[in-house]
Amino acid sequence: MSTTTDARREAPAGERIADWADGRLGIYSLAKANMRKIFPDHWSFMLGEICMYSFIIIILTGVYLTLFFHPSMNEVVYDGSYVPLQGMHMSEAFNSTMHISFDVRGGLLIRQIHHWAALVFLAGMFVHMMRVFFTGAFRKPREVNWLFGFLLFVLGMFTGFTGYSLPDDLLSGTGVRFMEGAILSVPVVGTYLSFFLFGGEFPGGDFVARFYSVHILLLPGIMLGLMVAHLILVFYHKHTQFAGPGRTNKNVVGMPLLPVYMAKAGGFFFLVFGVIAVIAAIASINPIWAIGPYRPDQVSTGAQPDWYMGFSEGLIRVMPGWEINLWGHTLVLGVFIPLIIFPSVLAAIAVYPFIESWVTGDKREHHIADRPRNAPTRTAFGVAWITWYMVLLIGGGNDLWATHFHLSINVITWFVRIAFFVAPVLAFIATKRICLGLQRRDAEKVLHGRESGIIKRLPHGEFIEIHEPLDAGARYKLTAHEQYKPAEIGPEVDENGVARKVSRTQKLRAKLSKGYYGEGNQIPKPTAEEYEEITSGHGHH
Amino acid sequence: MSSQENSESLPEAQAPAHGAVEHAGDPFADPGLPAHKPRIQDIDERAAKRSERAVAFLFFLSMVATVGFIASYVIFPVDKIVFIFPFGHVSILNFALGLTLGVALFCIGAGAVHWARTLMSDVEMPAERHEIAAPPEVKAQVLADFKQGAAESGFGRRKLIRNTMFGALAMVPLSGVVLLRDLGTLPEKKLRHTMWSKGKALINMNTNEPLRPEDLLVGSLTFAKPEGLEEDAEDFQTQIAKAALMLVRIKPEDIKDKRELEWSHQGIVAYSKICTHVGCPISLYEQQTHHVLCPCHQSTFDLSDGARVIFGPAGHALPQLRIGVNDEGYLEALGDFDEPVGPAFWERG
Repeated sequence: MSTTTDARREAPAGERIADWADGRLGIYSLAKANMRKIFPDHWSFMLGEICMYSFIIIILTGVYLTLFFHPSMNEVVYDGSYVPLQGMHMSEAFNSTMHISFDVRGGLLIRQIHHWAALVFLAGMFVHMMRVFFTGAFRKPREVNWLFGFLLFVLGMFTGFTGYSLPDDLLSGTGVRFMEGAILSVPVVGTYLSFFLFGGEFPGGDFVARFYSVHILLLPGIMLGLMVAHLILVFYHKHTQFAGPGRTNKNVVGMPLLPVYMAKAGGFFFLVFGVIAVIAAIASINPIWAIGPYRPDQVSTGAQPDWYMGFSEGLIRVMPGWEINLWGHTLVLGVFIPLIIFPSVLAAIAVYPFIESWVTGDKREHHIADRPRNAPTRTAFGVAWITWYMVLLIGGGNDLWATHFHLSINVITWFVRIAFFVAPVLAFIATKRICLGLQRRDAEKVLHGRESGIIKRLPHGEFIEIHEPLDAGARYKLTAHEQYKPAEIGPEVDENGVARKVSRTQKLRAKLSKGYYGEGNQIPKPTAEEYEEITSGHGHH
Repeated sequence: MSSQENSESLPEAQAPAHGAVEHAGDPFADPGLPAHKPRIQDIDERAAKRSERAVAFLFFLSMVATVGFIASYVIFPVDKIVFIFPFGHVSILNFALGLTLGVALFCIGAGAVHWARTLMSDVEMPAERHEIAAPPEVKAQVLADFKQGAAESGFGRRKLIRNTMFGALAMVPLSGVVLLRDLGTLPEKKLRHTMWSKGKALINMNTNEPLRPEDLLVGSLTFAKPEGLEEDAEDFQTQIAKAALMLVRIKPEDIKDKRELEWSHQGIVAYSKICTHVGCPISLYEQQTHHVLCPCHQSTFDLSDGARVIFGPAGHALPQLRIGVNDEGYLEALGDFDEPVGPAFWERG
């Protein structure tokens, strides 16, 4: 009895608090599993961190902004300190944003950090998603987390859109009008959807308040949940790693969370925040005072959405204005088709992991990140998708391309219309060839060694370059990747001459599998025999 | 697609062959984790001290910057604009607060990362992964438990309970759907009508004065609103979103469309300013060709030919407003638009 009390008295305060918490929350078991958890190191693994930290920055600054912003469309006359707009009619939303920008000390800084962080957040998610895509980190067991991440990206886009529409300025109002036009194009219910969204006719007096609750509560609430789930799964699955000496599919090699990654990742939050704060100090973003309050009958040239909405803008700009009028109804294909392609562009990349796993039929866990060259078809598909996206971004800024590069807007529009179909195909073919070339180079390096740059003259006058053999680690790294064989559907008739039933999906799968892994679609890895033969003496190439 | 077929196309051996065990004769075997290479800080205490000072300096700099932030907040007025090369004219308060905050944050991060990279152990170590799927006995246990639970509930056996429960659960969200009804009024014919009607004078948007035909010269573009629509009206935005009008004067002989000429007054034609694509206001006018361009998506309309679409994504011509002159010599509307203005919609027809 007395010994236990003594022991308790002797324990330092920190331990006693930890004991208290452990008795209620079980923190010791939690810490046992996670405190020294191993994380592998690679620069590309920090892309996701940028997203997480910019999201936290957005929440922090966003809360501050809600203290001053009035989400109301009541009309007021401006009498704040920015002289050029004094006496103008504007909504209370615009007025309070002006107040934040000009009368609240540091308000402009927080506004700009908030907006810059949003751009960084979306850009970070885009690049992070591409990292996961090109290294095949979406494969089992991480498909669900891929979808969580994808949803975060899509929700991030809409949170951004509803956010930059809140100040009710001329630029964002034009974007909202565009959205209204797009909703109106939906067959049968479009008009009703628009009236329900805007509380009647556009613009009405409701949408700022409605966007506000969506922007600060509904979407970020869902996103916070998804992000926590995303992180829990990252912890649970453990991180992927690139193949290397001692790094296999069964382990994870790196440094522990405490102290190295606590310091690195924790420090990285401050780095991201610091950089965004400096950007907000020196680069103005969304200067609503220069744009003015929204009026449905006014517009400025060069109107652009934030970058992540640019591809939808491209779709709407390059689409021919098809309209079908039948039986007293209008099918607004010129707007509705882009509205359908918009989610399809995103869905194309989201469903890819499931297509690939169907083609390979692979049910095993994968924890080794692929080098993009070793999955040529996947890499080519990814580059084709990015090309598609970029073509649409060009379309979304066709007026800026025209004015900045003195080009005809009609020519740019036609270029985008054609490139929408052609460019991804070209990108696919080119990427695949490059990947195969790089695979050949790897095989060459493994078999013949590294070019040393040393030129040697042989007794009979011939010049050769000395190749240095790779060490075991480098050889392993270049040959650790797996190569699938194409799936066979077998003969159409069985051994008794009876026609086998081969379903169409099976045929398709076999065809795709051949396209992925058939002859000429991947370069066979060097074999031990080849290696022995070349290194056993007579070859010095 | 039998499982056998699948396994045939998979690579032969996955991880086990790639273990750290050296395979005799396999030139591509995994040599195992390389030995740890010490950093300068691991072997030279002076280098470690230097790193320590660098980290401490960064943390100290952060403190200084925070003091700078607070000082800037107090010192600089909120409305002071200064010229700072190369950023141009900037708000000094925003500039100072942002830079000091940025430095204060960045230095904490840089210090922490430098500390981790140079002074904390950089020995890499492996941790085992474990298969995520449960072992068969766990799965069997769970399935058995589930079966027992389901059987105890009588869910499968008492169909009446099951079906009514599904019915109730399917119906109860309807209340939520019904509640959404009052989000907005019904469209009715609202998109078909604007504020324009017979006899309403055309008011110059800039001067707020009624327009006379002689105010409009060939080559100029003028914006107008209907008489009685004031900027401080509660529904101004909603009304102007439909009623915004643009006027140009074209030589009558240059007007190619017959109806357009009929609806004009001495070559003055009035068209809806709202683009028929997705509703941007059209604002760019090319005098020589009488083309107008929507700056949002570049739909181009020929005002001398019934405002038909000549380029871009718009699907139909701009609606024309029939105009004339009243007794006092002012321009007036001779009715509302005879078709809906702005973007097309399902009921437009």
